[in-house]
Amino acid sequence: MEIVSNYLLTFILFSPVFGALVLVLIPRDQVSLIRWLAFALSLIPLGLSIALWFNFQSDLPGFQFQEQATWYAPINSTYHVGVDGISLTMVLLTTLLTPLAILASFNITDRVKSYMILFLLLETGLLGVFLSLDLLVFFLFWEIGLVPMYFLINQWGSEKGERELWGGRKMPARNYASFKFIVYTMAGSLGLLLAIQMIGVVSGTFDLLRLYEIWPALNQPLFGIPIGTVKAIAFWAFAIAFAIKVPVWPFHTWLPDAHTEAPTAGSMILAGVLLKLGAYGFLRLVLPLYPEQAKAYAGALGFLAVMAIIFGAFAAYGQNDFKRLVAYSSVNHMGFVVLGIAAAAFAIDTNNAAIALEGAVLQMFNHGLSAAAMFFLVGVIYERTHTRDLNEYGGLFPLIPVYGGILIFTSMASLGLPGLNGFISEFLVVRGSWPILTLYTALAMIGLLFTGAYILKGIKMVLHGPLNEKWAGHISEINAREIVVIAPLLVLMLWIGIWPAWILNVINRAITMFFQGA
Amino acid sequence: MQFPILSVIVFTPIIAGVLMLFIPAERKTETRVTALAAAIIALGMSVFVYFSYNVGAGGYQFIEKYSWLPQFGISYHVGVDGMSAPLVLLTGVVMFTGVLISWGMDDRPREFFAFLFILATGVFGVFVALDLFMLFFFYEIAVFPMYLLIAIWGWKETREYAAMKLTLYLFIGSVIALVGALAMYFVSGLGTFDMLELEKAGFSADFQRLWFPFVFFGFAVLGGIFPFHNWSPDGHVAAPTAVSMFHAGVLMKLGAFAALRVGIMLMPEGAKIYMPWIILLTLVNVVYGAYIALVQSDFKYVIGFSSVSHMGLVMMGFATLNQNGMLGAGVQMFSHGIMTALFFAVVGMIYDQAHTREINKLGGMNKVMPLVTLAFIVGGMVSMGMPGFSGFIAEFPIFMGVWGRSPWIAILAAISIVITASYILRIIGRVFFSRMPEDLEGHIKDITALDKVALVFLSAILIVIGVYPDIMVVMVESGVNNILRLLGGA
Repeated sequence: MEIVSNYLLTFILFSPVFGALVLVLIPRDQVSLIRWLAFALSLIPLGLSIALWFNFQSDLPGFQFQEQATWYAPINSTYHVGVDGISLTMVLLTTLLTPLAILASFNITDRVKSYMILFLLLETGLLGVFLSLDLLVFFLFWEIGLVPMYFLINQWGSEKGERELWGGRKMPARNYASFKFIVYTMAGSLGLLLAIQMIGVVSGTFDLLRLYEIWPALNQPLFGIPIGTVKAIAFWAFAIAFAIKVPVWPFHTWLPDAHTEAPTAGSMILAGVLLKLGAYGFLRLVLPLYPEQAKAYAGALGFLAVMAIIFGAFAAYGQNDFKRLVAYSSVNHMGFVVLGIAAAAFAIDTNNAAIALEGAVLQMFNHGLSAAAMFFLVGVIYERTHTRDLNEYGGLFPLIPVYGGILIFTSMASLGLPGLNGFISEFLVVRGSWPILTLYTALAMIGLLFTGAYILKGIKMVLHGPLNEKWAGHISEINAREIVVIAPLLVLMLWIGIWPAWILNVINRAITMFFQGA
Repeated sequence: MQFPILSVIVFTPIIAGVLMLFIPAERKTETRVTALAAAIIALGMSVFVYFSYNVGAGGYQFIEKYSWLPQFGISYHVGVDGMSAPLVLLTGVVMFTGVLISWGMDDRPREFFAFLFILATGVFGVFVALDLFMLFFFYEIAVFPMYLLIAIWGWKETREYAAMKLTLYLFIGSVIALVGALAMYFVSGLGTFDMLELEKAGFSADFQRLWFPFVFFGFAVLGGIFPFHNWSPDGHVAAPTAVSMFHAGVLMKLGAFAALRVGIMLMPEGAKIYMPWIILLTLVNVVYGAYIALVQSDFKYVIGFSSVSHMGLVMMGFATLNQNGMLGAGVQMFSHGIMTALFFAVVGMIYDQAHTREINKLGGMNKVMPLVTLAFIVGGMVSMGMPGFSGFIAEFPIFMGVWGRSPWIAILAAISIVITASYILRIIGRVFFSRMPEDLEGHIKDITALDKVALVFLSAILIVIGVYPDIMVVMVESGVNNILRLLGGA
């Protein structure tokens, strides 16, 4: 087992690829074998990352479990991986959600083998972003995750729906959504790609640990342009790429489409993990590489975050499609993450900044849990009713009480009810940001009000009110497999809500050591 | 005496081609087996050369030199360096897969393979030649069979026109280059065509200013440089599948490679003078080529124009004259060669069954040809420069090299990435995944086992380089260092 513990991160990173290769060998008509095998294989990275969690020493500064191997020698890029408390939390989230998402996809019947293979490849793409300590390798995983997601939406997305383009041509909604998703993200990454190239040319290395020292200290003009301007442009190139992924208003428009059309498990991963990549990019790259620019533009970023919070909540309230409602709620919740980051960027050395960042990281984890759970619950009811229109539901509580209970519990976690996880993280963000960006934080509180409104609207339209008679006798209770999918999420929501210290300690130490060198 | 491995690689195809002409025309299977055997020998040898090339030592290796016409200073002088060894491998791969996917070709396969193999000898010859005269000799051998291959076996609608256009373009280009080469021969006063000698000739700046464009652009025509590119899409489209694979996969590299070896390496001062103009022209290649590919309605034309765009990146990389740019260009030659061979193989497989290449009349191919779909997606990812595939490994340093020259050009050229993504996704969506048109329903079958071998082989190479670039980039870097030495560390 020594080899596993020496190369633990590599094992975590590539065990899903290994799983995918195993699946390639299984004949495609062995559907149920493929499903169970995919599920079992996805437990390997989970098990390894739990081992990682317990062997991680949160009091040590810097990155642990580092590995470095030659990869692209002529341009000085290496396969360099490592974890700190921030990435550790995200790795745990990813490896936890993937098996659940795979279990949630057992109802997929079309080309199960390809579907499961794509899912496992997607997991490697996501983990790679969190683990890499080389800018080029980071970008590699950043982009490669798009491909499986594109095909998951494009091929296994909802079959109904059409979108009219300019000129009146119609195309299936899932094709529209997946195309928008990938082109939006790729175009957004273009600036990131160019900025990474420029940093590579100027610094002669892509190693993050070295870039943290070289790049912020650089102060002579580049290409005949003052360094401040170059860095400001590069800052925005990074920031926009990550803002699209988060997504921050006004770059969010791909998200409702992609979520609505994606298969249930795809939405779970999309909301649960993919959105975190953007926020993680801010934490891992933007703040350490551009401390001055981040401070200078923190106000702008905070403004966008507040807009995301308020408009996200309003837009969610305005939806009649249950899945779209949940999709916009992601915009709203991720706004708090960005608000925390913006506030921290403005006064990085203060204690308040540390609190805001702690809240932001915990909010990333929490939103991962609750958004995945919400999308799963939408999927459960969609599978039974074949509609997502809120007006079609109504009064379902007596018919499916267990489902109703779980939905209310999850909604409350999402709403930020004290005692559940969402409260802790949103409180920390607000507590940290208030002294730094008081006005924006106050405005964000208004958004929080509407969060309550749209969440209650969702509950009311589905569970309460007069019973829509056509469902009587036609709707079945949530089944055992589905309960297994959601139970771990519910447990974690409650656990973090009641006793957050186990995870907050790790995050807290990581934040102060990484951003404040203490 | 060491085993003359490069000569074996160069002459195996032509010998096999001549042997095939002695096989009676009706014995088609024997012809094909002979062709496959020769292709496997050439591939095996080029794999051996690639992996036994000593990167640490660098420079030219596997050198053979025999005097041929001593009174004119012409010798048979061959060898490979880090730049050409991957290209020899590329030619071996394309030749092998080209034979596999042409297995079912029924119209005079004997003559077809014979001409194709004569062409292959020419291509191998150019990549290993260290003597200017030999280089021209093999260059013409590579260009001439193309005319017959397209005019006889090509697409009926445009084959005469395309074959004529292609041949005239390339001959004019090579004649212009030849004039420049002769000027070098006479002015150097060394009385030799040996390129290793000519490298040291120290031509004056004025000489280089005058003659560099002749040599560089003469060859760059075959590399598809704007505005001399428009023979290439027509040629690609009219050619039969295996010839398109050779043509876009290998032949265009021949132009770029010769422009590098004869133009930039022998006249480095000239290269420095014209560098900004070449970068501008290739910028047009890269962006405009991608845009034209986007608006095509014919599947094969899309791929044809995508080659123009990607070859623009190769020459843009050369024109940066710095390490990153040239490194990327070297890798891009290999990567694009494999990728475009894969693309044309896929187009051919679809056309053979659907009898149309109109994108709007195709659809639903993934249901019947899942492997073809997968292979096209892999090629598409390479084309888009998706990280994890070889295209990214090649394009990234090219862009870094361009950053070293002009940030603005890098930013403008990056537009092509989004355009490329659009046309690739459009084809994937339309041809492979949308509903199959009714008139095709039931007429499309899956491909043969040999076709599958070819596609898997090509796709695997693209992924291996993308996942572990050091397998190729270190070698190319050693070749680039040699060029940089000539450029005086510029």
